[in-house]
Amino acid sequence: MTTGEDKKATRYFPIGDSAVVVEFGNTITPQVHALVQKMAFAVGLSMINGLVEVVPAYRSLTVYYDALLTDYETLVAQLRLAEERSETIPLPPSRRIKIPVSYGGQHGPDIESVAKYNNLSVEELIQLHSSQQYLVYMLGFTPGFPYMGSLQRKILAPRKESPSAKVPAGSLGLAGEQTGIYPFESPGGWQIIGWTSMKMFDLGLDPPATLAPGDIVEFEVAGH
Amino acid sequence: MFNVIEPGLHTTFQDGGRKGYQRFGIPPGGAMDMFALRVANLLCGNDQYEAALELTALGPKLETLNTATIALTGANLSAMTGDRPLLMWRTVEVGRGEVISFRKRITGCRAYLAVAGGFAGVPAVLGSRSTFPRGGAEGLAGRRVQAGDVLQGRSLDRKVAFRVLPPVLVPDYPKELVLNAVPGPEANLFSPQAMEAFFSTAYIVAGESDRMGCRLDGPPVKLQVKCEPISDAMPLGTIQVPPDGKPIVMMADRPTTGGYPKIAVLTTADTCRLAQAAPGTAVRFRKVPVEEAVQLLRSHEAGLTQIAQTLAKAR
Repeated sequence: MTTGEDKKATRYFPIGDSAVVVEFGNTITPQVHALVQKMAFAVGLSMINGLVEVVPAYRSLTVYYDALLTDYETLVAQLRLAEERSETIPLPPSRRIKIPVSYGGQHGPDIESVAKYNNLSVEELIQLHSSQQYLVYMLGFTPGFPYMGSLQRKILAPRKESPSAKVPAGSLGLAGEQTGIYPFESPGGWQIIGWTSMKMFDLGLDPPATLAPGDIVEFEVAGH
Repeated sequence: MFNVIEPGLHTTFQDGGRKGYQRFGIPPGGAMDMFALRVANLLCGNDQYEAALELTALGPKLETLNTATIALTGANLSAMTGDRPLLMWRTVEVGRGEVISFRKRITGCRAYLAVAGGFAGVPAVLGSRSTFPRGGAEGLAGRRVQAGDVLQGRSLDRKVAFRVLPPVLVPDYPKELVLNAVPGPEANLFSPQAMEAFFSTAYIVAGESDRMGCRLDGPPVKLQVKCEPISDAMPLGTIQVPPDGKPIVMMADRPTTGGYPKIAVLTTADTCRLAQAAPGTAVRFRKVPVEEAVQLLRSHEAGLTQIAQTLAKAR
């Protein structure tokens, strides 16, 4: 249950003329993200006039609306009702997904520098990265790109100073407390430590993204 | 319908955009200048969000394979049929074997070529026929138009009325723009002086601008303290300030989320005007409260409703 104090922590504010941000906090934590997920779920169950789509992120849910069908005040009032409902709605259990990863080698060109940065051996880094669960906080950057966290403090690494022009599809990267997978070849600034054969995006499926916000991911060490 | 002889600089199919998939990181896409797309379709008697060709700065060269009614709106790219100018913002009959070509860009940046009945053979991807550039879509669904493509039109069993947009309603695309923008969620990361500078500087549209974002050159916008906000969703027209201080206005093919400070958000109506700003155009931002932005959106839409009603009367 959310206490009265917590409730005041939720901020509603407009972003442009066609969207409202519902912000649940200013930190990246599973607790704050659960509020985002519950809110997305509750909004999905509500009949809100003029609603276009919702986009969950780390600590906020952005609600896109049609300003010809509703107005900001009405929408926010309806969203606040949805927020109240969200407190009692149980979330469906998270999907648990295992992703095979080949760490290092030609597909993980930055693994040695990341290990060195953390005073670890490559083996220790692999062991640490593949021994915990990660929460999918959101998808963004490119279609199907999952932002997952949070990395243990022992294996953090900053973004690259200058991004790589071409990161291959399937590359597993990390930056700050986040880890992610590039579904397509694209430019990118994350440290690349491995590669997965698992497809992250398939237009033949609906939804086409393999992962969704709220999923729990584990990495399994696959051979090189 | 058309045989593509030369593709032009960047010619893609665009419609009203892809809705409901941003949560999976999928950009909405859609016409950069939604006004020009909608008018092109209304002239043709189509659904206003029907897919049409978006031409960028340098138009294609197209051979007409059968008689058709078309409408060209948006930027003036010196369109020709054969050696005669192709008139814009009205329906035009083109005959079999005619060649539509483009010469010098006069004003604006993007033109829209709609055909009465719509284009066929462009499959919908996730509910939209807008080109889906970074998602592994095959053929024309995922790439720009190339030489040798044959762009089929749907067969039409009705006669298309002659329609023309009243000239007073044809937008002009000036070399200096003032665009309305609402202060963004991270405006408080900038000092009052920096905000004032942002809302009074004339920025220049940079050459690297594309369908993802319109990049602006000018004096860098300074952050009060160095900080990286947590990424949130990024609506159309969001103006981000990356570490180099050069603002980027996020457009149709933008990433769905972003983590640079969002200093302001363009009004929806004015994203159409920015879409027509070719590199070199001077852009200033005028600060408006969100209530005014909503009013501007409603009057923009009321204007389009009126255009739709006027054009629907043509028989």
